[in-house]
Amino acid sequence: MGILELKNIGLSLNGKTILDSVSLDIWQGHVHALVGTNGAGKSTLASVIMGLEGYRDITGDIFLNGERINDLSIDERARKGISFGWQEPARYEGITIESFVSAGMKEKNKDAIQSALLQVGLNPDEYLHRSVDSTLSGGERKKVELASIIAMDPPFIMLDEPDSGIDVGTLQKMSEVIKELKNKGTTILLITHSLAVLRLADHAFLMCNGTIIEKATADKIIPYFENNCIPCDHKNKPTTKGVLQS
Amino acid sequence: MKIDDATILSKSAGIEANILKKNDIAHLFINHDKVVGIHAVPGLDIKTKPIENGLDIRVLLKKNTNVAHPVQMCFGMIPKKGIQRINMDVIIEEHASIDVIAHCTFPNAVDVQHIMNATISIKDHASYSYFERHVHGQKSGITVIPKAKITLGPYARYKTDFELLKGRVGVIDIDYETTCASYSTLEMNARINATHNDTVKIREVGHLTGEHAHGVLLSRVAVRDTANASVFSELTASAAYARGHVDCKEIVQDYGTVSAIPVVKVNHPKAYITHEASLGSVDSKQLQTLMARGLTEDEATDMIIQGLLT
Repeated sequence: MGILELKNIGLSLNGKTILDSVSLDIWQGHVHALVGTNGAGKSTLASVIMGLEGYRDITGDIFLNGERINDLSIDERARKGISFGWQEPARYEGITIESFVSAGMKEKNKDAIQSALLQVGLNPDEYLHRSVDSTLSGGERKKVELASIIAMDPPFIMLDEPDSGIDVGTLQKMSEVIKELKNKGTTILLITHSLAVLRLADHAFLMCNGTIIEKATADKIIPYFENNCIPCDHKNKPTTKGVLQS
Repeated sequence: MKIDDATILSKSAGIEANILKKNDIAHLFINHDKVVGIHAVPGLDIKTKPIENGLDIRVLLKKNTNVAHPVQMCFGMIPKKGIQRINMDVIIEEHASIDVIAHCTFPNAVDVQHIMNATISIKDHASYSYFERHVHGQKSGITVIPKAKITLGPYARYKTDFELLKGRVGVIDIDYETTCASYSTLEMNARINATHNDTVKIREVGHLTGEHAHGVLLSRVAVRDTANASVFSELTASAAYARGHVDCKEIVQDYGTVSAIPVVKVNHPKAYITHEASLGSVDSKQLQTLMARGLTEDEATDMIIQGLLT
């Protein structure tokens, strides 16, 4: 069953087409990957789904559990069950990790905050009272971002480049968390150009030049992406749909 | 039962009720122009002398004295109208160390001026930390004018935190100037939340005149409604290995206005000063991240501002 449906999404910025007729279905309880090279439009599409500033003037329709959400604000979408982890999360002066992680919780619960931190490999005794500021490393900040999403317990999570700027150990931890979330029925969309992250997905959408050029199981997309997209020299042009059949 | 002025001030400032009874904690409580509570600890000498509408206060911390618990000071005015003048002369002698928490509370102010003129001398290897927390009422009739000239001896440390987060600011005009000898450390922080038609003026100046002197001037101001704030921060490094940083953040909402004038001067080729300032609305990414956790725009904005001012 589809939790999120995009129909013919289009977006132009400064007269340039960024997204062109993007349609896809996200299936409940599955891990999906939106994969493509830099500039393909992956993060833009995630921003459109979340309704971020500058990404709301779109054509097409976004449905969440059958309800059209185009006109909803970011927080309204979040309260309906969408959450988003940034590639480079924001830092906050004076806001503790405890406050940040609990911000999206319906009922503030210290045990749940601690549990979320432990799940991403952060010791609550060490981190709970630290600020979400520049004293955290990039990897620590990514973990805190993920912990805040876990604590919120949304049915649908988008993670933009979850492996960027983190070490191998942290990536391993991220992978474990994604599997745990899937096991408890959370729907996940991973935005990535990394094979390691792509391998965590059940389904994949291959994106090129602002449109989806292939939808398939991840194991079918992986070899094509590895052999054709990673060494790609056409800089997202031209776009060919149905690449696995060609 | 009649409640004494010290208790009224304690309650207004949110001071723990029994702190005045603790023998090992020094305190000085002033209502308008009268001392309503005073207690010193060994090595600390506090003398007061009445002047028109206020007091001269002399604080002397003797050489090698380390005051274990923060000294509790309270400067307040219970009446609705009046002027409070405090002339403070502080001397921290060599190798002495003290922390002061100063509570300034004007709960009923309709037309009140609090004027503080301080001279502070922190001798060699001495340390003085002064945390000044203002608690104002919800009326705007208060004008606060704190001025201080501070000198740091070699290896001395001085840290001041000025906080005005509760109640209306009214008009505040801070003017602190510090001169730092070799290997001394200066840290001046101000955090103010201004609303309605409040006015905030901050002038903070540091002269790093000695080798290896370090200084940080930090200000955090949030304004909303039609409040206005101007921050002038000046840091000068005039000796080898003097290091400093000026950091100003001001968040504006509604029809508020802010300005910041950072001045950094370096008069020695081996000195180094950095500065950063940001003025404007709440950072969009910070805001949208919290909104993506389900907070409304107002809730997210409040959380960011509270964090900044904490």
